[in-house]
Amino acid sequence: MARLIISGVVVALLAGVAFGAPSLMSDYFVRILLIIALNSIFVLSLSLSNGFTGVFSLGHVGFIGAGAYLSGILSLTVAQKASLLPHLPAFMNWFSLPFLPATLVAGAFTAVLAIIVGYPLMRLSGYFVSVATMGFLIIVNVVLINASDFTRGARTFTGVPLDTSLPWVFGWLAVTLFVLWRLVYSPFGRRMKAVRDDTIAASAVGIDMLKTRLTAFAIGAFFAGVGGSLFAHYLGSFSPVTFYFAMTMNLIAMLVLGGMGSLSGALIGVICVSLLSELLRSVERGFTIGHITIPALFGASQIVLGFIFILIMIFRPKGIMGERELTFGFFRRSAKSQIKQGEV
Amino acid sequence: MSGFEYILQQVINAVSLGSLYALVAVGLSIVFGVLKLTNFAHGDVMMVGAFTTVLLIGIGMPFIPALICGIIGAAFAGFLIERIAYRPIRNAPDVTRLLTSLAVTYILENFGILVFSSSPRNFPLPPALNDSWQLLDGAITFTNINILTLALTLVSLIGLGWFITRTTLGLGMRAASEDMAAAQLVGLDVNRLVIVAFVVASAFAGLAGVLWAAQAGVVQPQMGFTPLLKAFVAAIIGGFGSIEGALVGGFILGALEIFIVAFMPDAITPYRDAIVFSLLIAFLLFRPGGLLQPNREIKL
Amino acid sequence: MNEPALLNVQDLQVRFGAVRALKGISLNVKQGEVVALLGANGAGKSTTLRTISGLSRPSAGDVFFAGRSIATLPTSQIVRLGIAQSPEGRRLFGSLTVAENLRLGSCTRTDAEEIAADTERMFSLFPILRERRPQLAGTLSGGEQQQLALARALMAAPKLLLLDEPSLGVAPLLVKHIFAALAELKRQGVTMLLVEQNMKLALQLADRAYVLRTGSVVLEGSSGELLSDDRVAQAYLGAAS
Repeated sequence: MARLIISGVVVALLAGVAFGAPSLMSDYFVRILLIIALNSIFVLSLSLSNGFTGVFSLGHVGFIGAGAYLSGILSLTVAQKASLLPHLPAFMNWFSLPFLPATLVAGAFTAVLAIIVGYPLMRLSGYFVSVATMGFLIIVNVVLINASDFTRGARTFTGVPLDTSLPWVFGWLAVTLFVLWRLVYSPFGRRMKAVRDDTIAASAVGIDMLKTRLTAFAIGAFFAGVGGSLFAHYLGSFSPVTFYFAMTMNLIAMLVLGGMGSLSGALIGVICVSLLSELLRSVERGFTIGHITIPALFGASQIVLGFIFILIMIFRPKGIMGERELTFGFFRRSAKSQIKQGEV
Repeated sequence: MSGFEYILQQVINAVSLGSLYALVAVGLSIVFGVLKLTNFAHGDVMMVGAFTTVLLIGIGMPFIPALICGIIGAAFAGFLIERIAYRPIRNAPDVTRLLTSLAVTYILENFGILVFSSSPRNFPLPPALNDSWQLLDGAITFTNINILTLALTLVSLIGLGWFITRTTLGLGMRAASEDMAAAQLVGLDVNRLVIVAFVVASAFAGLAGVLWAAQAGVVQPQMGFTPLLKAFVAAIIGGFGSIEGALVGGFILGALEIFIVAFMPDAITPYRDAIVFSLLIAFLLFRPGGLLQPNREIKL
Repeated sequence: MNEPALLNVQDLQVRFGAVRALKGISLNVKQGEVVALLGANGAGKSTTLRTISGLSRPSAGDVFFAGRSIATLPTSQIVRLGIAQSPEGRRLFGSLTVAENLRLGSCTRTDAEEIAADTERMFSLFPILRERRPQLAGTLSGGEQQQLALARALMAAPKLLLLDEPSLGVAPLLVKHIFAALAELKRQGVTMLLVEQNMKLALQLADRAYVLRTGSVVLEGSSGELLSDDRVAQAYLGAAS
């Protein structure tokens, strides 16, 4: 009963923040909050395959980009389509979808794409699947740049209605968290972790490796596509290079810092890296202490983040949370407690 | 220009491109052979070599000494990278090492952007090297840079061949690639082998970097990224970890790319890179040992 | 005779994760001796040799070679100190030639003339290797590979030679030849620690032997004593002893 009340309060609080923030806080802070929530969706979806199933995909951003572009194309008004994408095939250029349907279609598309791509790729072992998914990312990038009838090629894709607001992102974040929480701490979730921890033992007890990995990969891709759509409707304009290695490194850093096997870890990682980036970026612009002036060093923040990443790899590769969850004692849902409760 | 002349020109282009890919792929394979690590920072080592040479030419050094210094600079950079970033994680799981490798390249590229700004700079090629030769009444052109690329590639490959068959260190590197534990059992010093591998690989990358920049005419901090990825595909095609594989893969990839651009219909040509990386995935799925090593590596 | 042993293993314990492979092995090998390590599969014989060579680190206990503790030294240094191993499964460099394998065997030495002389000695001891000299080691037969592995280890001019299962995967006729070569080496004064499943061959060659079972020494004695001791067979079969 206490649990229900606490959750209710938390939800109400978050809803309050979501709807009230824009009028109470400066644009800058609202933006930060939005980006953190959006990145949380990205990293959570990434953690499903990379953290919990042991498939370290480097191609996740390919799904994000595909989702962003598809949703963007669908959302343009018919007039915009005529002027910006004159060669768009007939079956696509006569309608325009509102925000939610466009997002759902994007998610469904990327999920299906993941199943197609994952069917061969999920058979590969650790190192090879990372490299192969990286190849996927590159291929998506090439396709986005060259299918200019659909994407305007390397030029900026603009005109996407700026529908993304704090309530939308918080809403989707809640959905993502809920779905993933239920998934990860369920019998299927245990299968995922078995596949991650000991593939031989897992198949020995009859777990279908391919199906487990593929499912995690596809569900992760669904939320990546959804997040991509949200991102597209936040940026309004973007180009293929937005969804390439820089974003990949950013998401991986957040995932790893927070702890790959933990949902709350993903959130913590996002918050830490985002705050750290902002902090470093303001330092980057140069400042004065007393009589000493430190000049602007653009790019230095990335270098510092890179070093921090390496230090984590050396000293604490499991990240801040490792595989534990931050539950304030209200939800005893770690794997160990599941065993104790006799659920395994 | 007749069909034959066109083909011949493309062959020359393919050999030139293939040489560059081979040079980079050899370095990647050497490091992977000894450490079982994919060194994504290899591309940035190329960049260090190229920038060193450009800067030295800028202060008046003639081309050849600047080239040599570029190679040395790249070798030193490789040595530092191994020492600082890779040695502490030598026994870490594969994914950790892959991520560290990506982080190193991220740092180096941003550092390059910080110091040199991301806009391209001209590569100050000595006029002599830009001289071109014409054959068959102008139907076929190649410049001295193409000749230099091929010549240096051959010389360095021959040198490498001598090194890995005649010297104990070179033999040791091959032995360690095959069976690290057995290499230790005959008394080889692992740390020393790793350093040698990195220095040799980075020297090759440095040479490739200078030649690449010379052919492209520009240097910029991100220049190593694409060649690195392509060289990686080349190495996988030939057989990752094997020097011969890197050679074969490099030239095959060079030929393939030129073929796609020169002979395929215009609708397909822009998708060249997509084709290359689809080939990568195909090899990973069906022939992970590459063309030269059919039985390698485990899957699921 | 109270001379200190060349090799002194004291209460060696090794674990792989949660598995205790060695639970406290103590043994010694004196200069000029041939000592055999017997026991069934999984008894810990290979793990012992691996640990002596530095490929595995003990969780407790120590290894002394010529009075010096070597348990924490890197393998390459242990080889330099004078311990060479012909490992289980031979572990040759299949993509290198016979000659190159031998050359690597001597890579810790700098005396070129002596190395050349030793190479000759190897070819006299194992004539087939001279024939196969330019061939890739991976193309040799099982017996030829075993001879090469032995020769490679000997090229280090070791003070102590560790042998792990030299008869495994080798045709019986060649096994005889190999053990004849080992006997000749013993006659020349080479100190050896031999792990061997073939009890009879091992005890015929060795002066003394230890019998291992699931990570502990359960029997030791001179080969004469052990050849006629029923308990040795029992240790192999796992009966209570």
